[in-house]
Amino acid sequence: MPVITSGATKIWRRRTTKAEWARSGAWFAAVLVFVFTWQAMTQDTIWSFVWDAPTQAADIGGRMLPPKWSYIHELWRPLWDTLNMATLGTAMAIVLALPLAFLAARNTTPSVAFVRPLALLVIVASRSVNAIIWALLLVTLVGPGVFAGLLAIGLRSIGFLGKLIYEAIEEISDEPIEAIRATGASRMQVLVWGVWPQITPAFAGVSVFRWDINIREATVLGLVGAGGIGMNLESSMSTLAWNQVTLILLVILGTVVVSEYVSARVRQAVS
Amino acid sequence: MTAAVRRWSPPPMIANPALRWAVYGGVVLYVVVSFGSVEVNWTRIAQGAERALRLLSGFLKPDFVSRGEDIWIGIQESLTMAITATMVGIVISIPFGIGAARNVVPMPIYIFCRSVIAVSRSLHEVVVAILLVALVGFGTFAGFLTLAFATIGFLSKLLAEDIEDIDHAPLEALRATGAGWWQVLVYAVLPQVAPRLIGLSMYRLDINFRESAVVGIVGAGGIGATLNTALSRYEYDSAAAVLVIIIVIVFGCEYVSGIIRQRAR
Amino acid sequence: MLRIENLTKRYATGDLALEDVSLSVPSGQVMGLIGPSGAGKSTLIRCVNRLVEPSAGRVMLGDTDVVAADRAGLSRVRRRMGMIFQEYALVDRLTVMENVLSGRLGYVGFWRSFFRRFPQADIDRAFAVLDRVGLMDHVDKRADALSGGQRQRVGIARALVQEPELLLVDEPTASLDPKTSRQIMRLIVEVCAERGLAAIVNIHDVALAQQFVQRIVGLRKGQIVFDGPPDALSADVLTEIYGAEDWSATIRKVDEEEEAVAA
Repeated sequence: MPVITSGATKIWRRRTTKAEWARSGAWFAAVLVFVFTWQAMTQDTIWSFVWDAPTQAADIGGRMLPPKWSYIHELWRPLWDTLNMATLGTAMAIVLALPLAFLAARNTTPSVAFVRPLALLVIVASRSVNAIIWALLLVTLVGPGVFAGLLAIGLRSIGFLGKLIYEAIEEISDEPIEAIRATGASRMQVLVWGVWPQITPAFAGVSVFRWDINIREATVLGLVGAGGIGMNLESSMSTLAWNQVTLILLVILGTVVVSEYVSARVRQAVS
Repeated sequence: MTAAVRRWSPPPMIANPALRWAVYGGVVLYVVVSFGSVEVNWTRIAQGAERALRLLSGFLKPDFVSRGEDIWIGIQESLTMAITATMVGIVISIPFGIGAARNVVPMPIYIFCRSVIAVSRSLHEVVVAILLVALVGFGTFAGFLTLAFATIGFLSKLLAEDIEDIDHAPLEALRATGAGWWQVLVYAVLPQVAPRLIGLSMYRLDINFRESAVVGIVGAGGIGATLNTALSRYEYDSAAAVLVIIIVIVFGCEYVSGIIRQRAR
Repeated sequence: MLRIENLTKRYATGDLALEDVSLSVPSGQVMGLIGPSGAGKSTLIRCVNRLVEPSAGRVMLGDTDVVAADRAGLSRVRRRMGMIFQEYALVDRLTVMENVLSGRLGYVGFWRSFFRRFPQADIDRAFAVLDRVGLMDHVDKRADALSGGQRQRVGIARALVQEPELLLVDEPTASLDPKTSRQIMRLIVEVCAERGLAAIVNIHDVALAQQFVQRIVGLRKGQIVFDGPPDALSADVLTEIYGAEDWSATIRKVDEEEEAVAA
């Protein structure tokens, strides 16, 4: 805390003059960045549409209500597909991510120089591409439907699960591992008896967490043709059946809330 | 020791045998039924194999040139969208975050802020983007609004949790000196949560860039729109180029935001 | 019996942890290894079962050369050496029984161990050692539900179930209170006598070492500077090992404590 002596009185200020300048400079730079990016972003924006939005909103809102409740009967099957895409996709990712994580963790990888970077590359590539982009690719490759969505969910989740599990493996305590090795156990036995029991809580937690995220993702994959309730959303929007859209959104909201609740309960139980 | 053989098997995870077998049976049943309901069209997949090869070869030789201009515009749109949405999102998140912290505001405000956050968090970005595209038209502005809305849900919730976790002693000390609500906020609450807010903001900028690639697919501008166009025209080498760029930028963002988050601590 | 010949360990960092150490421990002898932190005590016992790879020298367990063993041979010779750790080194989320059975891993195949289908003979051995260390009531409890002394008993049981010829004991009492420390040391010495085991016990507490072991080896900067019976441990010897200090209280205290514990 700088205290400046002027004459006999001591003046307290929060920051030194230099710090004060640096701070103002940072704020000024932030404002500049904002103004610049804002202009770059909005150069093609048609403002009359934007100003018209409230009228549009009122119009669409009017047509969204009341929801078309009878449409629910056509949603059960897509809802079931959505759950399956998320669950089976997560299961597929778990099966593939577990060995991958053991290859990527510094303390369990067979080779730090060669295998580990390769495993990390797979993890990064899988993580960087969003599930919807994966779905977009897979729909062109395996055709539209649940199968493409399932694969998309799985491919995206491998990286997520792989990263969190390998970080958990790197954090385990070494002493029990030494003890198991000292009994004459083989490498695989050390993994099963020494490493695995130490990561089970983290493993169960991140798997359920990812399942919960995947339910959310699965609800929208249908928009690019990958099956599930998103397909109904797409078709209802394109036929301007807004009262169906409302119902679909409500169903999605309900599903997400339930899956979040389930996942929170399970994670509480395993921790 | 008694002469009788003492057997041992590991204690089962679920103690009640009836419940245990019911759970096992249920899982098996679900897997069988759900797998049965997934339709796999093998002839279509066989057709796709050829495309898959072209996409893979596209990855080996991505074409940055023929759609160069589209790609460049897409990147600009995505980046500007992500930055503006993050900044606006932060500014709006702070009051919402404070409003959603039970220990500093009265109940009605708390409930209002919490419900806004809940809606923002449960709606997937893409769903929000579709609705906003319908409202404000195609283009980056819809994407900006989407990301800003998602940012509010994310940052406010974490900020509120932080505020609820802060050390209460300074609050009480300040109240004891007779400080008003605003003074308590500025002198006791915000200083405690500021470092984490910076870290979370960087993290969100990182997420917003990733998501900006996605909202474009439904018409909200950005690099996702470019990718969608390339794929629908079967230009797999351009699509591969876009994907490579996305991966590189995401990786770069993650790296930079990681450094900044470490510094902010 | 164990024979260590000209054992040297230089770490990758260049630190010389052990320099030309030779000693042998006959069956049935409990040897205490004392010395200041960083003297190489821990490295020495880890070189014996090659948790740390020695740089030079030989380690002979009976007729087997441990240092020359290939991977399968190392696994076989490790079965014959039980190890006990300072922080117990139990796998917390496994049960007491599973922790004890992990001592038999070197004897059973991977899939048998994966499904916990150990031969009944191994189960019998495990129950016998659990009975010996007094943990029969805790068989299916998780290891992290036990107290420190109980956890160390599990560690001892895990080493004993291997039916080893040699025990390597690394600071067994450093995390325990004085009374439990004595109980654990007494248990270790007793089981060694019952089964005719050789043992190397790293130990910080000189008084405790004097009270329980039959022979003491002093290590300083990776070299043996003392080797003899506990009574020969004089103030001069301690100064030689640890450096100058007033040792009178450390040595004299032995008899008083023995009386206190016996009472």
